[in-house]
Amino acid sequence: MIELRNVHKAFGSNHVLRGVDLVIPKGTSMVIIGGSGTGKSVLLKSVLGLVRPDSGTITLDGQDVTRGDRDAFLARFGMLFQGGALFDSLRVWENVAFRLRQGARKLPKDQARAIAIEKLRRVGLKEHVADQYPAELSGGMQKRVGLARAIAAEPEIIFFDEPTTGLDPIMSGVINDLIREIVTEMGATAMTITHDMTSVRAIADNVAMLHGGKVRWTGAVSGLDATDDPYVQQFIHGRAEGPIESVR
Amino acid sequence: MTLTAPLAALGRLVLDMLASIGRIAIFAFQVVSHIFRPPFYPREFLNAVLQIGWFSLPVVGLTSLFTGGALALQIYAGGARYGAEAAVPSITAIGMVRELGPVLGGLMVAARVTSSIAAEIGTMKVTEQIDALTTLSTNPLKYLAVPRVVAAVLVVPVLVAVGDSIGIAGGWIVGINQLGFNSSTYIKNTVNFLQFWDIGSGLVKGAAFGFIIALMGVYHGMNSGRGAQGVGDATKSAVVAASVLILAANFLLTRVFFGS
Ligand SMILES: Nc1ncnc2c1ncn2[C@@H]1O[C@H](COP(=O)(O)OP(=O)(O)OP(=O)(O)O)[C@@H](O)[C@H]1O
Ligand SMILES: [Mg+2]
Repeated sequence: MIELRNVHKAFGSNHVLRGVDLVIPKGTSMVIIGGSGTGKSVLLKSVLGLVRPDSGTITLDGQDVTRGDRDAFLARFGMLFQGGALFDSLRVWENVAFRLRQGARKLPKDQARAIAIEKLRRVGLKEHVADQYPAELSGGMQKRVGLARAIAAEPEIIFFDEPTTGLDPIMSGVINDLIREIVTEMGATAMTITHDMTSVRAIADNVAMLHGGKVRWTGAVSGLDATDDPYVQQFIHGRAEGPIESVR
Repeated sequence: MTLTAPLAALGRLVLDMLASIGRIAIFAFQVVSHIFRPPFYPREFLNAVLQIGWFSLPVVGLTSLFTGGALALQIYAGGARYGAEAAVPSITAIGMVRELGPVLGGLMVAARVTSSIAAEIGTMKVTEQIDALTTLSTNPLKYLAVPRVVAAVLVVPVLVAVGDSIGIAGGWIVGINQLGFNSSTYIKNTVNFLQFWDIGSGLVKGAAFGFIIALMGVYHGMNSGRGAQGVGDATKSAVVAASVLILAANFLLTRVFFGS
């Protein structure tokens, strides 16, 4: 279980997170929605310790994430970055297998490569892509390689920052199914950021909407349509008119 | 605007400078402390050796060749005023191995390598590749900084030695073709005159410059601002800092080695 309590983060005068409270139970899929620039990516990075919150606490299974063994902590996570963040000096398969080739439980090259190719297949990429460099791929292909890298070591907690942005509708469907499958079949805990309402409904157990630096609304995905919160309604129906200003 | 405003600005500048010196010192200390602790990344290290050493050979060689030649001409012209033309081989050699080989070699490698390290790591920073490394349980200092710093410390002295040799050869070419020296006399004068520490001190300087070259590239890259402009600024600062530090370190080392 991941628990955030009153998390604040400012960059200079830009007060991005203003007291976020959120709970993600073990083995569930939480989807974060919210306007562009509201701090969704910053929120994920705070949990991973890539961004240090100014105040508040973040715990994983009751343990403060800023304390304790960083390596053991990070070994439990997989992360898909919004921009892919692929290592451009390494081939695609080396990117995907990166974690498998590190540390005490380092796998031999052939075995790591085989796993990488299997993960690439699961995100809809053919084997020949494995030996290309990230710069030779399209944006959507890079995204999927990032996804394959995030799930390669079968982590128990996976963060996906906009997994379907830039993908065609069919491929989005494939990725949504994959994320759902990872949660239900492998029992992973997932936290996904997305702007795609189809994805939200396909992936989420629970949804949280971030607005004004706080969690404006959170609940089961089934409650999304029922809620009369005007912010949520405006957001999920994509209306220009409403309480959320369109110039931010 | 009050009268004390310039003073305050000056004070702020000095404080900023001291703060960044402190940050760089801490960073250097961290990098060094990681050198001896596993995991090690031999592939990154070999790649750095290739990038820093092998591919810098042409630029270091050419720089040294022309410098050695020019040095011989100058020493001949200067020596002629005292009737000391015969000193050309020995003074060219000592000037090359003690000063110009390491300093010019260091500066040329800084221009080539510091900039490319800073730009590469800066780009990794702004595209979140460094964050990705961290989440993949890989310490960016160990994976990115240590291989480059160690490679540079080992490889720049080798470049300096190559540069020394080519520089002396440049002097020799000018000496026998233009200044009327006898080839074997020129070589004999050079070899007999040079002492071990003349060359050794230059190599030690090379190692120190190698440290500066890689460290500045990595430090400024990892602290790059956001976007293309951030990377551009990081690259510029890295090269400027490396060049200034090389010249400053050269003065200090020269003082320590020969200042008595
Ligand atoms: N490293 C940083 N330094 C300074 N400001 C930052 C940094 N990272 C994020 N920000 C700022 O924090 C705010 C939130 O950024 P974040 O990337 O979390 O937005 P987001 O909700 O993920 O938006 P999007 O949906 O467009 O990806 C933005 O105003 C951004 O400029
Ligand atoms: Mg984002």
